[in-house]
Amino acid sequence: MASRGLSYAISRIAGSSCMRFRSASSLSDISRQCGRSWGAIRSYAVAAEVDEEPIKPPFDITYTKLLINGEFVDSASGKTFPTVDPRTEEVIANVAEGDVEDIDRAVKAARKAFDEGPWPRMSSYERSKIIHRFADLIEKNNDELAALDTLDSGKIYDQARLIEIPLVTRLFRYYGGWADKIHGMTLPVDGPYQAYTLHEPIGVVGQIIPWNFPMVMFSWKVAPALACGNTIVLKTAEQTPLSSILAGKLALEAGLPPGVLNIVSGYGPTAGAAVSKHMDVDKVAFTGSTEVGKIIMQSAAQSNLKPVTLELGGKSPFIICEDADVDQAVELSHFALFFNQGQCCCAGSRTFVHESIYDEYLEKAKDRALKRIVGDPFKSGVEQGPQVDEVQFNKVLGYIDAGQQEGARLLTGGARFGRKGYYIKPTIFADVQDAMSIAKDEIFGPVQSVTKFRTLEEVVKRANNTDYGLAAGVFTKSLDTANTLSRALRVGTVWINCYDIFDASVPFGGYKMSGVGREKGEHVLKNYLQVKAVMTPLVNPAWL
Amino acid sequence: MAPSVGTSADVEVEAAPVSAKYTKLFIDGQFVDALSGKTFDTLDPRNGELIAKVAEADKEDVDLAVQAARKAFDEGPWPRLSGYERGRILFKYADILEQHADELAALETLDNGKPVQYARQLDVAGAVRIMRIFAGYADKISGRSVKMDGSYQGYTLHEPIGVVGQIIPWNFPLVMFATKVSPALACGNTVILKPAEQTPLTALYAAHLATEVGLPPGVLNVLPGFGPTAGAAIASHIGIDKVSFTGSTEVGRKIMIAAANSNLKPVTLELGGKSPLIILDDADLDLAVQLSYMAIFFNQGQVCCAGSRIFVQEGIYDAFLKKSIELAKQRVIGDPFKGGVEHGPLVDQLQLKTVMGYIESGKEEGANLVIGGNQIGSKGYYVEPTIFADVQDNMKIAKEEIFGPVMSVFKFKSVEEIIQRANNTNYGLAAGIVTKNIDLANRFSRSIRAGIIWINCYHIVDPSLPFGGYKMSGIGRENGEYVLQNYLQVKAVVTPLYDSPWL
Repeated sequence: MASRGLSYAISRIAGSSCMRFRSASSLSDISRQCGRSWGAIRSYAVAAEVDEEPIKPPFDITYTKLLINGEFVDSASGKTFPTVDPRTEEVIANVAEGDVEDIDRAVKAARKAFDEGPWPRMSSYERSKIIHRFADLIEKNNDELAALDTLDSGKIYDQARLIEIPLVTRLFRYYGGWADKIHGMTLPVDGPYQAYTLHEPIGVVGQIIPWNFPMVMFSWKVAPALACGNTIVLKTAEQTPLSSILAGKLALEAGLPPGVLNIVSGYGPTAGAAVSKHMDVDKVAFTGSTEVGKIIMQSAAQSNLKPVTLELGGKSPFIICEDADVDQAVELSHFALFFNQGQCCCAGSRTFVHESIYDEYLEKAKDRALKRIVGDPFKSGVEQGPQVDEVQFNKVLGYIDAGQQEGARLLTGGARFGRKGYYIKPTIFADVQDAMSIAKDEIFGPVQSVTKFRTLEEVVKRANNTDYGLAAGVFTKSLDTANTLSRALRVGTVWINCYDIFDASVPFGGYKMSGVGREKGEHVLKNYLQVKAVMTPLVNPAWL
Repeated sequence: MAPSVGTSADVEVEAAPVSAKYTKLFIDGQFVDALSGKTFDTLDPRNGELIAKVAEADKEDVDLAVQAARKAFDEGPWPRLSGYERGRILFKYADILEQHADELAALETLDNGKPVQYARQLDVAGAVRIMRIFAGYADKISGRSVKMDGSYQGYTLHEPIGVVGQIIPWNFPLVMFATKVSPALACGNTVILKPAEQTPLTALYAAHLATEVGLPPGVLNVLPGFGPTAGAAIASHIGIDKVSFTGSTEVGRKIMIAAANSNLKPVTLELGGKSPLIILDDADLDLAVQLSYMAIFFNQGQVCCAGSRIFVQEGIYDAFLKKSIELAKQRVIGDPFKGGVEHGPLVDQLQLKTVMGYIESGKEEGANLVIGGNQIGSKGYYVEPTIFADVQDNMKIAKEEIFGPVMSVFKFKSVEEIIQRANNTNYGLAAGIVTKNIDLANRFSRSIRAGIIWINCYHIVDPSLPFGGYKMSGIGRENGEYVLQNYLQVKAVVTPLYDSPWL
């Protein structure tokens, strides 16, 4: 079985075989097989002691300033903010804190780079070469970028190193390849006119990214915007600023002209708001919570009506039908929820299990959760690190309380793990009712909510009974059931017998209040282009 | 004092050759009164007299319409028909609109004041044409299968987005109806449309015709009413999945805020403009004069993409002005129902006041009024074709959308200068360029930040051609293949592959 083969590879990730692992599998294979195989690491069943001395990665923090107009600078105010190691709650580094004035400076630089600079004026082939060089440099610095993301966010280092950063490289190569394939259309019209469309860069693009996949989000936003010839002001999450700053340095090294990519670390209400309100920013793309997404769209409307792309929250159903292989379903639904400490916008956070296999499922899901290895994310074999920060940590514990108070059955977990750092035990609630807050709100933590269903009609209705519509998982062997559910679920991504499979080519985004627009694939390009129609009269045309 | 174009006497008008048959709200396939029982007056802009009292939709009527549209989408046949069957119904719809072209044109003229010859040849014929192109798209909405990096089968479904709210303006009522409704229906959505309170009649007539072609109840709902009540209810409705609006930038902003505050429904906005028409020294002078005349005076200047800033290079500036004044003098003003009339009244009293206010402001700020500038008579909302010369960029008439028959002419020297001045606006809807030089044409068409560039032509719209704005002229594109994405959701579906012979 493929997953067994891979689990072998995973068990040796910490050793020297990772190169073989990387070359042997394509990226979506890696995430697919990691998803399946993390159940197979049971030989590691001794939980790591998080109270041990934390592992120190062999990299120094060199870049902590704002990147504006090709230079690393302090913030205008001189202020900094601490970024904290979620394993230890200790300060990793003090980072320059961008505010309105810094965003102004960054926009000015981006405006100049767009209005007068070489970036939109060079051939798309030249742009493509620079983007490919950038990808090569990211690949070369793969482990350092991964370590920064783990330090900052607490995510599993091997996950960052073997899945996420390679996906970042992949994304930049994918859009490096798009740069010279952005075509308008020539259009047949009703009269003697020559008509065509130009797909032009939209201008200065504001981008605001979250902390759960810092570098992956960087690539989803930055790569397509660059490929289209835009210039960028990127605001990173205050929890995870470090990897983007290093990436900014690599971008300069790759030959990106000054002002094309500006990176401002800082907070949402100050720097983020300044981006979304700015009169000279032509477009804003945001990934984060639905609540903040609303504010972004309002600010865009109140300022210069810049178009928005929003990739927001979710409460994605994972539906396990009666004909599903229970062991596989247990493993995938476990992965769907607990991956990245549950901090995924598309986490499978409502597990619907058919009544005929419900009890068996619960027993096995509990076993699996109990075996989940929580510990220092830098330690090989560990499956779950700490939550990103204290706010998230307390929020998740709050939802666990709410679940108990509202009468959901706590199967396992339900408390802090260890004494230091933001670790939470893998938690499962059974018999969750649709009206409970843990069934309705996005928890963004390692809390699985399991509920029982009887008929397909019922589960479609219940699965759709949410303001969100980001993703769904369907577990069945029946082709008809798979087809029925994949049409009926009002969500942007349907994973059938798999989950969290991300691919550069496949669009990602939400229905309903999970967002506006799509990222990745060809679809994202339109977010960063304006369409201009051009017409001239035709004199003596040979044909119409 | 500038010479006049029309007489100062009242415009004589004949009795209208048509009357309003459909004046109620159209909800769930039925014409019904507003729940409040309220009506509002729709007036004849030729003389300000009452045409009909029309049922006035408010929030609770929108709720009712959303229920009907929701049911028609969630349970009804429309999204479950094959694309081919939906296309057939839309083709039939186009046919029946065409069969009633004369009556629709007359209603349009009665409500809006546009010359009936244009209403018939441009508005109604254009609406029919638009309906047919999207009827043809109904069975051509395809997702893709996607090549992925691993052994997965990936594909996209382009699904109807759901219940669509649409709010249309009064300047091209039936064309806007077709532009909004036909692509939304082709994609399998259900629609709640609010026509402008000035011009509800053709949309209601078209709603009646929809019942004759087999459009299921609830698929198309038409609710006349006002923006702050019915329009706001649509934009902020939690049960509406998408809102598309054509109108002013000011209201567009409100629509987007309401969408953000409610359920984050995606918005399409087609808003105002202050579109430059740039005439270079090498231009064919007669063509340039003709194009600018049409660019600004067509439809009494009530066009979002009107050429409202005419930039003329200094070498031909004087000659251009002289010929433009001559041409404006010949414009035939009168009862829009009368054959040969080119210029009818403005749509309503408010618009008349706004336009006259801008003319006053132009005079006060020192622009040179070379022809027109007056209201004609005291009955109806007629305004003379008006030309201001020597307009400066910082004057109000150079910056704001007037939406009336007021041409502003500017002088310029160099190409570099004019690119900068043309782009120095918050708007970016359209631009015209008149030149024989292909290098300049190419340079301008790239440099001007506007959604449509007309070179040696103007106001050529086509159902295949995307239309929409840069900057504060809007978000998204209408017409052509581009509009379809406004009414579709993209769903990616992924399954694992076992033993695939190829990737």
